[in-house]
Amino acid sequence: MSFLTVASATLKKDVRLEWRSKDAINAMLFFSLLVVVIFSFAFDPTAEESRRIAGGLVWVAFLFAAVVALNQTWARELRNQVLDAYRVSPAPANPLFLAKAVGNFIFVVVLEALMTPLFIMFYKLRALGPGWELVPIALLGTWALVVNGTFFAAISIRTRAREIMLPLLLFPLSIPALLAMVNATTSILTGEESARFWIALLVAYDVVFTTACLLLFETVLEAE
Amino acid sequence: MKRGFSILAIITALLLSFALYEALVAAPTERTMGDVQRIFYYHVPSAWTALLLFLINFVSSIVYFIRKSAKADILALVSAEVGVVFCTVVLVTGPIWAKPVWGIWWDPADIRLNSTLALWLIYISYLILRKFSTSSKTASIAAAWAVFGALDVPFVFFSIWFFRTQHPSPVIAQGGSLDPAMGRVLLINWAAFLCLAWLVCWTRYRLEVLKREVEEAQALESLHEVSR
Amino acid sequence: MASSLTTVVVTEGLIKQFGRFAALRAISETFGGGKLYVIVGDNGAGKTTLLRTIAGLASPTRGTVSVLGATEVRQVRAQIGYMAHPSLLYDEMTGLENLRYFAGLYGVSGEDRCRNAIKTVKLDPDLDRPVGQYSQGMRQRMSLARALLNDPSLLLLDEPFSNVDARSAKEMAALLAQLRDQSKTIFVVTHQPALLEGAADEFVAMEMGKVVSRTSILQAAQ
Repeated sequence: MSFLTVASATLKKDVRLEWRSKDAINAMLFFSLLVVVIFSFAFDPTAEESRRIAGGLVWVAFLFAAVVALNQTWARELRNQVLDAYRVSPAPANPLFLAKAVGNFIFVVVLEALMTPLFIMFYKLRALGPGWELVPIALLGTWALVVNGTFFAAISIRTRAREIMLPLLLFPLSIPALLAMVNATTSILTGEESARFWIALLVAYDVVFTTACLLLFETVLEAE
Repeated sequence: MKRGFSILAIITALLLSFALYEALVAAPTERTMGDVQRIFYYHVPSAWTALLLFLINFVSSIVYFIRKSAKADILALVSAEVGVVFCTVVLVTGPIWAKPVWGIWWDPADIRLNSTLALWLIYISYLILRKFSTSSKTASIAAAWAVFGALDVPFVFFSIWFFRTQHPSPVIAQGGSLDPAMGRVLLINWAAFLCLAWLVCWTRYRLEVLKREVEEAQALESLHEVSR
Repeated sequence: MASSLTTVVVTEGLIKQFGRFAALRAISETFGGGKLYVIVGDNGAGKTTLLRTIAGLASPTRGTVSVLGATEVRQVRAQIGYMAHPSLLYDEMTGLENLRYFAGLYGVSGEDRCRNAIKTVKLDPDLDRPVGQYSQGMRQRMSLARALLNDPSLLLLDEPFSNVDARSAKEMAALLAQLRDQSKTIFVVTHQPALLEGAADEFVAMEMGKVVSRTSILQAAQ
């Protein structure tokens, strides 16, 4: 059971299970629309203002979607104590973590991809800076939230008030990443500054915390 | 041990009184800000003390991973608790100082204050995590979180620093050299705060050790119960 | 493969504490290989905790436990099969899909292994129903199939017969006797020890975190 085999088998299983619960996919679609609509009622700016605050708005919406996805990361493994079956097997802990993190990443990116055109439409957004840079920002930023979120979701298995624990741990730690995501996005939309520094910060953040998660996941998994 | 504690307590009391006098009476009044500036002697040493305590939390957490020592775990808990208190002092004295001097309660681009706020949030969630944990290996989970928190610190500083360079703040940074008389008072206050922190940590440490001993004793007692 | 001469599980002063509650109170026992042990006792006696400690899912507060010669259970995980009252299976997948996934975790390849395991517990490998729609008896049998995938030399079963229909229970009991005859070491925690009366080598009675008796006669244990 090599790292890659276990990780890909776990990822495939998760994707297959998600796909099978067709109502989950419909709920996702509806959820994306709902979030954008709520935001457009709550924040009703002119086109000029919207470029300034859209960065923040969009990322808060993405964060919201991420937390919803992250909270159910381990739900299937906790039902019927499947996690015990994993722990009792000789398979190492890290491929499980990576598979879950990548699975969450795909899920959240899909949600973001659904929400983005809606946001562009509602807020009449147009990038005045290099628009293509928004893609690495979105991917790096989402990974930053998801990698830590998957790890903290595992920690919250071992606590009371699980659903509160995840955001409680994730938000303070993600402050630098959120600053980077929001400011990078705003820089690109307004075209006023370069987003390069923020992108570099996100890369460093992702590298550091992915490493930390991989080093410490087994400790958390076995902390019964 | 007991005697060392009493000596520390006396030194702390003396230093604190002396520092109080120095800060509020003896130190020269600042030219532009007036007496409000004296908060500086509480604001800055609290910040340094909080940072030192969080560093101790990080180091003890690492030691816990290596040695699995209960003492390291207790030290990590204690330093986080006391660190949060000093951090709170920083966050409260900051706005009290800022309002009369610069006209605003909080400057979103102030590196120090915002970094401290982020740190405060991280360590409060550390304490909540410890409280809410249902695991028998809480120490390991907490140590893992402490490592994450410590890794986050440089990112917090850099991100806010860069944010500030892009968004000039209305607050004029405290530049220039410090009047040596003020510098002296600052150091006296810091020494007093360090002693206070040490005293409180020591007390809390002993308390936690006792609490764990009681738990052990109760469990041990039930071990030797005669079965019905 | 353990012969009845080698010791498979050894505990020394095993203590498991949850805060102020001691679930296991200084248990020092030796269990030889190739036997079927039935662990009985009231709720709260520590049966599940003992099993989980042997399985490596819980770690001792003090004392040691050595399994299959290793002090770190993780070294011998490939030789252990574990089953509990929850099914340890994904409700949304079929039995075969479940087993294929778990086989991968053990580095066991081959569709045949999975199918054979399912046939051993007298279920149909081609059954298209997701496990969530099985009856309790079928679910427990499929869970046992999962535990047998890696052909373990040590089997740990926690309440396998709970809420299971009489026929399934009897079939599982007969299977366990067969497995013991193949030199496997089996620990079964159960509230229905009578099911294994003919097959068990030893009845281990636990009370308040201690092992109070080990006999081969069921009456003596109760």
